[in-house]
Amino acid sequence: MSVLVNKNTKLIVQGITGAEGAFHTAQMIEYGTNVVGGVTPGKGGTSFEGKGEIKFGRPVPVFNTVKDAVEATKANATVIFVPPPFAADAIMEAIDAEIPLIICITEGIPTNDMIKVNQALASSNSRLIGPNCPGVITPGEAKIGIMPGFIHKKGKVGVVSRSGTLTYEAVKQLSDLKIGQSTCIGIGGDPIIGTQFIDAIKLFNEDPKTEAILMIGEIGGNNEEIAAEYVKNHVTKPVIGFIAGRTAPPGRRMGHAGAIISGGKGTADEKMKALADAGIFMVDSPANIGITVAKAIEASASVAKKVRTKIQVSKIKPAKN
Amino acid sequence: MKIHEYQAKELLRRFDVPTLFGKVIFSPEEAGKIAFDEFEAKGIPTIVLKAQIHAGGRGKGIMHSITNNEQIFLDEKPVRGVTIINGDKIADRAYKVAASVLGNKLITIQTGDEGSIVRRMLIEEGVSIAKEYYAGIVLDRQSGMNTVMVSTEGGMEIEKVAEETPEKIIKESINPAFGLTDYQARRLAFGLGLQGDAFKSFLNFIQKLAVAYEALDCSLLEINPLVLTTDNKMIALDAKITFDDNALYRHPEYIDLRDEAEESPLEVEASKFDLNYIKLDGNVGCMVNGAGLAMATMDMIKLSGGSPANFLDVGGGANVTRIANAFRIMMSDPNVKAVLINIFGGIVRCDKVADGIVEALKTVKVDIPVIVRLDGTNAQEGKQTLLNSGLKFNVATTLEEAAKLVSKLIAA
Repeated sequence: MSVLVNKNTKLIVQGITGAEGAFHTAQMIEYGTNVVGGVTPGKGGTSFEGKGEIKFGRPVPVFNTVKDAVEATKANATVIFVPPPFAADAIMEAIDAEIPLIICITEGIPTNDMIKVNQALASSNSRLIGPNCPGVITPGEAKIGIMPGFIHKKGKVGVVSRSGTLTYEAVKQLSDLKIGQSTCIGIGGDPIIGTQFIDAIKLFNEDPKTEAILMIGEIGGNNEEIAAEYVKNHVTKPVIGFIAGRTAPPGRRMGHAGAIISGGKGTADEKMKALADAGIFMVDSPANIGITVAKAIEASASVAKKVRTKIQVSKIKPAKN
Repeated sequence: MKIHEYQAKELLRRFDVPTLFGKVIFSPEEAGKIAFDEFEAKGIPTIVLKAQIHAGGRGKGIMHSITNNEQIFLDEKPVRGVTIINGDKIADRAYKVAASVLGNKLITIQTGDEGSIVRRMLIEEGVSIAKEYYAGIVLDRQSGMNTVMVSTEGGMEIEKVAEETPEKIIKESINPAFGLTDYQARRLAFGLGLQGDAFKSFLNFIQKLAVAYEALDCSLLEINPLVLTTDNKMIALDAKITFDDNALYRHPEYIDLRDEAEESPLEVEASKFDLNYIKLDGNVGCMVNGAGLAMATMDMIKLSGGSPANFLDVGGGANVTRIANAFRIMMSDPNVKAVLINIFGGIVRCDKVADGIVEALKTVKVDIPVIVRLDGTNAQEGKQTLLNSGLKFNVATTLEEAAKLVSKLIAA
């Protein structure tokens, strides 16, 4: 009951011996993620158990190249904790090694580098999540990224978001209301990202165990609008939407490289209108994300009940011919 | 990161993008001297003095006195951001124009009513213009490629053209493997209706511009207007460059191009500590970890009846010093009447954040209400720290509680 990652995911960590990589590898192993190896050029052939206060609890083999790691471990996913100047190259290496799922956490990759990565992705079978994202978690099965695992709860709501802590906020509100999540995907805050809202929503729509979808967008670009169009035409599950940045001034980059209103385009109002027009349940205040999801699920259930009742009624009627 | 027109032109010259001869000046004396030595003495009959501020709309903008805020006149005409001087004694007149502009405020459609103080000017040779065009390069997020846009509507805001007459904008995507190809450049030139020498001059111009865009790691490059001279040459009459902040590490020399006077002093201060701070004009300060949550918190302040005074993302590695600096910077805004600290502890531990706040309060005097919302990792410990500090905090756990506290305190 999930998309992208589950208990069968075999993960390698690019940049495993760095401070960030080591810290989060420990957290991921603790959560139960099957970390099968790491990559640090020059440290191949060794094994790594953490450093300083960080302890993995078991040794993880380290390889010089992603290709070596994949051959030895049969890994089917990689997470990248490599500093910005080398991150695009790390993604390219993962594409070259034909890893199906590449999750890049790194923030601050130059746009021109991502343009090249984007071209390479287009002619590959790999899916990239991020960069500049918290990662992907399927509660109770696997956590790939930097999100705090303990706020999540296994369940049926698919979450897709451009943000990190705002997603944690939303997830916590859901879990507090005993609404679990099937999978939470942080797609990232950069202008060029590997997986867009529409891609994530398609995955959730096709996942039989996801019963509702929460999308958390923000100012900048028009990916929310494109996703809304798709929702309108193809999605029957309830979709709940929130857009951050209603009070953001135009022309200023609001933290995320992609969160900027340029030339009057990409405003929160435009996006909220597009989402509402597509029949998406809109969240007004960020304090009400959880409660809006709860109401939307309830409303959809009662509509579905009515539809079912109608069908039953029509079945009871004697056939006229 | 934004730079001035004269800096953008200096960079473009390195890539052989045609620009006009010009020099930057910082004082009226320098204006007089440069105008004489470099222009008048060399027989250049026309010069243009252009105020250098980061905001646009300078040509139509009007100079206002820094002392009494009144419009500045010279020879009974209002002084604007751009002045053309021709004929006799251009150096003397350049001195007078520079004296009335430098140190005073230029108010344009983009600066807002407070205007922007002019501290430098560009003196450029005049040119005889046959027609004005627009050329710009920017990332197209949909295709994931940089896109060249040109239009016959030079001098107009491209957003307005896109809104009213989108058919007048012609676009070509730059494939990162090939750059802007010859046939694409020709398509743009044909689209603009160019012929003969103008056509050839444009091909050269636009391809050089595309090369410059990529090599300089721009996120925006605009030439508006791009002019066709009466002798059929394409020249960048204006130039606007914004760099991709993520690529600044590749260009350490850009640090010299930064003009801190163009930024809000609090933003400059925040950038020293690597804090993401944007000053706004509201009354509720906020300090948040994470950009998305920061934007959402600002929205919530507005919904609760307040108005956000700033955007402030303390980021993922929020340690005690960082939190203390962020708090101090947020509090230095005199418009702030209440403060909301919203931290969702994940990797960041709430108790560490609380330590930072208490630390900051040792040096920053606070006589306005402070709402602290801590949730997530070690939230309880953090709250205890705040309660034990003996200072008057309004502590909230959920965002909903925080929102209610904002409403209550704003109304009080």
